[in-house]
Amino acid sequence: MHAISFQSISKSYRQSAPASGVSAGSAASQNQLLALDGVSLDVEEGEFIGLLGPNGAGKTTMISLLAGLTRPTSGSVSVLGHDVQADYAQARRMLGVVPQELVFDPFFNVRELLRIQSGYFGVKNNNAWVDELLESLGLADKAGANMRQLSGGMKRRVLVAQALVHKPPVIVLDEPTAGVDVELRQTLWQFIDKLNKKGHTVLLTTHYLEEAEALCGRIAMLQQGRLVALDKTSDLLKSASSNVLRFKVDGELPAELARQARITGRIVQLPAHDAIEVERFLAQVREAGLIAQDVELRKADLEDVFLDVMTRGRNAAIPDANPKEVRA
Amino acid sequence: MNGWQTLLYKETLRFWKVAFQTIAGPVLTAMLYLLIFGHALEDHVKVYNQISYTAFLVPGLAMMSLLQNAFANSSSSLIMSKVMGNLVFLLLTPLNFVHWFIAYVGASVLRGIVVGVGVFVISAPFAEMQFAAPLWILIFALMGAALMGTLGLIAGLWAEKFDQLAAFQNFVVMPMTFLSGVFYSIHSLPPFWQGVSHFNPFFYMIDGFRYGFFGVSDVSPWLSFGVVGATLLVVSILCLYLLRSGYKIRS
Repeated sequence: MHAISFQSISKSYRQSAPASGVSAGSAASQNQLLALDGVSLDVEEGEFIGLLGPNGAGKTTMISLLAGLTRPTSGSVSVLGHDVQADYAQARRMLGVVPQELVFDPFFNVRELLRIQSGYFGVKNNNAWVDELLESLGLADKAGANMRQLSGGMKRRVLVAQALVHKPPVIVLDEPTAGVDVELRQTLWQFIDKLNKKGHTVLLTTHYLEEAEALCGRIAMLQQGRLVALDKTSDLLKSASSNVLRFKVDGELPAELARQARITGRIVQLPAHDAIEVERFLAQVREAGLIAQDVELRKADLEDVFLDVMTRGRNAAIPDANPKEVRA
Repeated sequence: MNGWQTLLYKETLRFWKVAFQTIAGPVLTAMLYLLIFGHALEDHVKVYNQISYTAFLVPGLAMMSLLQNAFANSSSSLIMSKVMGNLVFLLLTPLNFVHWFIAYVGASVLRGIVVGVGVFVISAPFAEMQFAAPLWILIFALMGAALMGTLGLIAGLWAEKFDQLAAFQNFVVMPMTFLSGVFYSIHSLPPFWQGVSHFNPFFYMIDGFRYGFFGVSDVSPWLSFGVVGATLLVVSILCLYLLRSGYKIRS
């Protein structure tokens, strides 16, 4: 049995503002925004899987479908064999979702909220677990504080605790570390990793690719509502056979290089397959009258793989470009 | 506590924590109505024989406060959760639409009754009160609060912003309560407005409630019971349907 199973899921949203000056027929199709387009994905029990993709790729839509917040246009989703529509009560008992938005209920303090959330699931006498959650997430001294008094990072911790009160076997984290300080990230990942080792399945979306690389055994990449890559993290890294040439430079890079490069301020990173390519890049920099400083060559990381997949996806943006064998 | 009981508890705790605003405030407002209208109109307005105007006013004010607060509880709780986004914590739970209905309406009934009793207890000493048919008092209080709690739930589901809810409150709930015979017996109205009042379900709630105190009313309590009961049924079915379909809360 799969911990999570998406079966050829499609989801289209009706867009509110109809485009003016279009004929009725095409307006109807244009007003449908296809957020997910035939996505199938199975996650095994005990897996730690990362769901990556640019903003608007459909990550949160997938999570909303899983959580029953949204209904699919076609296809089905199940959690540990329970269909999220037909058998929603069981499916939701199996699932703990940490929402992306920093939402909170201003009427209650932390412990009250956790007690109430437990009660919704019919969980009784879980004080020991609530204490463990508070302790593990560094919230022990905030248990009596009203939600309004907490900082953003503390509120984020409460979100995580709320999602876990009923000890769900499947945990979903939607960008849990967005705008969060280093300390919380470490506390959070230690805790989630511990739960994963105990057998909880974890699905994570994040824009921090080094986190995904470090934590996730498998990675799925979404682009414009389609699954464009799905593989073990280690295999994805291996498949990116290239190295990356990294250097700093003052001044503007020649257009040809700039097209291939990932540029962050003064730092330039170029995928290089062999020594000849490295020499050619450096020569081009020199010919442009620039000096490359702090030159180093490193192995490609997940970010390079990600950018590579996304670039290929954009270039091959023809309707049938969905890769075969995307299902594990 | 199981799931729906927890939600009922949470909804009750929510208004109880801000009781100054949700209970003491409305009671004070009703007191002001009683003092001002009672003082100004006591000698001028004649309602049923042998009943003083202030005594006539007391049950009307208690019922009006009960209805308004039952409506306010479910509607403001839901719209606040929607706007703040914390409704998601409830949407993620296994609770079904019947659980939602019972918990939200139940908490509304509780708040309505608490405010209604508060208004009555504080205002009753100003007039000589009777209890001609206490069972009718209880029935109309419960049905009225449930009806308004349900309406509030519908309004809370429908509204996306606070001002939409305020519009519902100002342009539907307030006129209907004020024009329902809280401050007058509809027999004192011109025939046309008497006729109009008969289409206002609020009129029957207040008239039936008042019958429980004085044993006299503008229409038979059984008619009021029928109208209020039927309205409650229709509104409840609509509300349950909206909840089940996830109207404006699940896309």
